[in-house]
Amino acid sequence: MRSGQRAVRESGFAPGRWIGRALATVVAASFVVFFALPLVWLLLAPTKTAKQLLLANPFSFGGFGTLAANWDSLMTFQNGIVWMWIGNSVLYTGGALIITLVVSIPAGYALALTDFKLRKTLLAVTLIVMLIPSTALVLPVFLELSAVHLVGTPLAVILPFSFFPFGVYLTYIYFSTSVSHDLLNAARIDGAGEFRVFWSVAMPLATPVIALVGFFNIVGNWNNYFLPFVMAPGPRSPIQVGLAELLSNVPLFNPTSAGSVTIDMPTLALATVLSVAPVLIIFLFSQRFLVSGMTAGGTKE
Amino acid sequence: MRSITVDQIAAPVAGSTEGLRRDAAARKNPVRARAVMGYVFSSGYGVLLVLFGVLPTIYAIFLAFTKDGAFAGVDNFSKVFGDYRFWPAVQHVAVYLVTWLILQTVFVVLLALIVHAVGTRWLSSSVRFVYYIPGALAGASSVMLWLFLLDPTVSPAAGLLQALGLNTFVQTVSLQNLPVVFTVIAFWTGAGGWIVIMYGALNNIPVEVMEAARIDGAGAVKTAWHIQLPLMRKWISYMGIMTLAAGTQLFVEPRVLSQASKGVVPPDYSLNQLAYLFAFQQNDFNGSAAISLMLLVVALGLATFFVFRGGLFERD
Repeated sequence: MRSGQRAVRESGFAPGRWIGRALATVVAASFVVFFALPLVWLLLAPTKTAKQLLLANPFSFGGFGTLAANWDSLMTFQNGIVWMWIGNSVLYTGGALIITLVVSIPAGYALALTDFKLRKTLLAVTLIVMLIPSTALVLPVFLELSAVHLVGTPLAVILPFSFFPFGVYLTYIYFSTSVSHDLLNAARIDGAGEFRVFWSVAMPLATPVIALVGFFNIVGNWNNYFLPFVMAPGPRSPIQVGLAELLSNVPLFNPTSAGSVTIDMPTLALATVLSVAPVLIIFLFSQRFLVSGMTAGGTKE
Repeated sequence: MRSITVDQIAAPVAGSTEGLRRDAAARKNPVRARAVMGYVFSSGYGVLLVLFGVLPTIYAIFLAFTKDGAFAGVDNFSKVFGDYRFWPAVQHVAVYLVTWLILQTVFVVLLALIVHAVGTRWLSSSVRFVYYIPGALAGASSVMLWLFLLDPTVSPAAGLLQALGLNTFVQTVSLQNLPVVFTVIAFWTGAGGWIVIMYGALNNIPVEVMEAARIDGAGAVKTAWHIQLPLMRKWISYMGIMTLAAGTQLFVEPRVLSQASKGVVPPDYSLNQLAYLFAFQQNDFNGSAAISLMLLVVALGLATFFVFRGGLFERD
């Protein structure tokens, strides 16, 4: 009786399961196309001329000569301002990275493994502020910094970029779960002072979290638009903001507008590729640890 | 007598008399030393937290309730409410939020479940990586790319756009299409990261539970509905809260689109754009602060609600 029932259930399942699987595959594959195709198109676009972009197959490869021509066109735009923008991005992101790491790693350690009166308050405030999108505070920070006449200097971008509560939270979680009090106490018993305990015991174990915090900090700051847009306009802009400025020279999105065409679509595409290249490369190199779900695992019990 | 003995023991370990004295002092009161170091270590971050978290909020509150330094009650707020651009902006943001929230939640959960069910390790991680890569473009670059993709004359999806009756860029970014346009851009850039997080959450479900479901004869859909989804509730609500908080702050996408379309997309579409205009076009920092404060209160409210009721941060 029982085996017969099971047999009916199994055979009743078989065609259903195959249809379900096929459906799931179609959905997953369609989204692979959705997510990947725009990037493929973007990487191919700078190899084409404007006319080819309009008329040829979207996924055709134009030619290296065209790529060189577009490159030259981009470089001569306002005397290579693209490099100035990229340089600004490197300055802001790099400067902020150093300050972030110097400030956040010890703070996360302190929250996880020391005890002081303000600890719980600091943790609670960090959790709350961490969930607020950075854009919410841009205008108040601008008003605050303009009151001290810092707006327009690199510091006006680097300092807010270095405030990274999410990094502190990650470090806190990491140190809580992977460095035990016993380990630290053993070092303390051996006579090491608090700073030596941190530097010689906790820090060598901290490489994964330093990489994680650094990664999220770089990606977030490199792609940040609103803050540098408000703090560092003009030649001090990072590449993301500068890119949007290029748009005012590309009337092709609105065929009815007039204006001197000093930059065409493939060149704009090339500029976009340049603006995302550093982060894209970092992504490619961090592939394995990115998709392992580490951020979810970070709060694993 | 006692302290001399302690110093003698510490001598071979500490490197200098300084270290000796410090270590001896520390050992006399280790708890206090730890507390001092706690303050020292978190001081740098604490300074930044005050400078760029607490102070701006206070300053925004100050500005929102004053005018030229004098207390102005709710004048700034009533002025903002009365501005003809305010309520349309609220409506735009609201429609965008709802569209994005629903589409993102449904598809992120669906794709995470599918990706998790894939048996082959390399296939699963490759697919996850492909979904995740657009996150590298977050911000203006992503909008730049989508400018091309939304223009039916150059887009690789031109056929699709034309089938929807959209033949020019201006038509694609017409006002009624914008919530969908912004949702697509936000989803393309952000979904991958959430799919990876949901995948991690699914991995946390014990294998025995899944096995038991399979033995009981539950199919993929039933397992997902009765077992996986309830256990992912915390993460789904986390995603929901973050989506709501980020969506209210909409700025980059309408700003860039507005520049590219020469104003077809209005420069005051979203609330943050309006706040920006108040500050930089009308030189009305008080009105701008009023709008920023409202947005900040929304974000703070969501964050606080989630931290204290969402149950994800139960560690401490």
